[in-house]
Amino acid sequence: MARMPASQLVVCRECDALQRVRSLSRGELLACFRCGAHLRESHGERLHHVLPLTFAASVCFVLANSWPLVAIEVAGNRSSTSLLGSIVELYQQGVPGVALIVLLTGFVAPAAQLVLLAYALSSLAAGHRFPGISMIVRLLQALRPWSMAEVFMLGALVSLVKLAGVARVIPGIGLWSLFAVIVLTAAAYAAFDVPGYWEKARAT
Amino acid sequence: MSAIDRAQFLSASSLGLLGCSVCGELNRALACECACWRCGAPLQQRKRESLSRSWAYLLAAAILYIPANLYPVLQSRTVAGDESHTIIGGVVTLWRAGSWPLALLVFFASIVVPLLKLLAMTLLLVSVHARSSWRLHERTRLFRLLEFVGRWSMLDIFVVAVLVALVRLRSLATMDAGPGALAFGAVVVLSMLAAQSFDVRLLWDSAGRNEHA
Repeated sequence: MARMPASQLVVCRECDALQRVRSLSRGELLACFRCGAHLRESHGERLHHVLPLTFAASVCFVLANSWPLVAIEVAGNRSSTSLLGSIVELYQQGVPGVALIVLLTGFVAPAAQLVLLAYALSSLAAGHRFPGISMIVRLLQALRPWSMAEVFMLGALVSLVKLAGVARVIPGIGLWSLFAVIVLTAAAYAAFDVPGYWEKARAT
Repeated sequence: MSAIDRAQFLSASSLGLLGCSVCGELNRALACECACWRCGAPLQQRKRESLSRSWAYLLAAAILYIPANLYPVLQSRTVAGDESHTIIGGVVTLWRAGSWPLALLVFFASIVVPLLKLLAMTLLLVSVHARSSWRLHERTRLFRLLEFVGRWSMLDIFVVAVLVALVRLRSLATMDAGPGALAFGAVVVLSMLAAQSFDVRLLWDSAGRNEHA
C-alpha cells in the first residue's frame, strides 16, 4: 500500500475553487468550502464490496429479463409482458423511436453498467491495468444518468395501479428481480467512486 | 454576502491548473491537448462549446415540448369506445379515479419537472451571459437539482411501454402509443443533454469569482 499524504490539494469540479484537504477518516464526506459540492469521500475498504454486489446484481438482471414483469387478467383473458417484450411491442406498433429510448435507458445502459463495473473491479483485483480501463471508468461515470432501471420499475408500478380498477393485476418474478437489481446496483455504485478507484489503482 | 463569499478562494484556472473532469486529480494546464496524468481522461479547461451546445439542446427540447403535450401519448381501444390520452389527460384520469398520490407523482414527474427544467436551464444560461453574481450559491444548487431529477421525467414513457405491451386483449381492449410519446421522450433526452453540456463552473467564472485576485 502506498502511504497516503496527510493533506492534499483538491479542485472543486463545480466551482473550480482550490482547497487543501486533510486525509479523511473512514466514512467521512467532504463538501467544497465555497459551493458545497460533493468533493471527496472516504471509501475505506468498501471498494471490495463492489465486485460481489455487481455479480449478484447481474444474476438478478438475467432473472428480471427472463421472467414476465407483470400480468393482467380480464374475464379469463390473460396477458403478460417483460421489459424486452414491451420494447418489441413498441417497435411492432410503429413507434421505433420510443422503442429505442426504452431499449437504451431500460436495458442497454443498466446491462453495460454491470458489465463495465465487473471489468473495472476485476482489473483492480488482478492488480494490473486491463486494456482500455481508463476509457471504461470514464464510460461508467457517463452512463450513470442514462441507466433508468428504477424509473422503469416505478413506471411498471404506475401502470399496474392504472389497470387495477379494470383487471386483476399480477406482479411477476421479473418485477421482484428488477427490484433486487436496483437495490444491488445502487449499493455497488455507492461503494464505487472514481477518485477512490484511481487512488487504489495507483497503490497496487 | 456570507462570510464564505467574501473569503478569497484561488481558482485552479487562475493558477494554470485544472482538475480532471473524471477523477478530479489536479493537473498542470498546458497549451497542448493532453490527458490526465492519473486516469488518462482528456483534459479541458471547461466543457467544450458548453453554452452553444446547451442552448441548442434546450431550444430543441422547448420546441418539442409543444407536440409532446398536445398530441396523445396513448390511444386505447376498448369495448366502451376509443379514447386518446395526453400527458395532462393521464394525470386527470388518475385524479378522478381517486388515486391522487399517484396523480401527484405523475404530475410532478411529467409536467412540473420538464417545465421547470426548461425554465431553469434558460435562467442559468442567461445569467452566465449577463455575468451575473446574483444568488450564485442558489443557482449552483439549482443546477445540481436539475441533474438529479431530470431522468425521472422518463416515467411516463415507461408507463406507456408497459401498458402498450400488457393491454393486448384482442377483442376486449388494446392500447397503442400515440405520436406524443416520441416527442415527450425526446424532450426528456434533449433536456438531459442540455444539462450535461452545461459547465457549472461557468457560473463562477462569469461572476468573476475565478479571476486572479
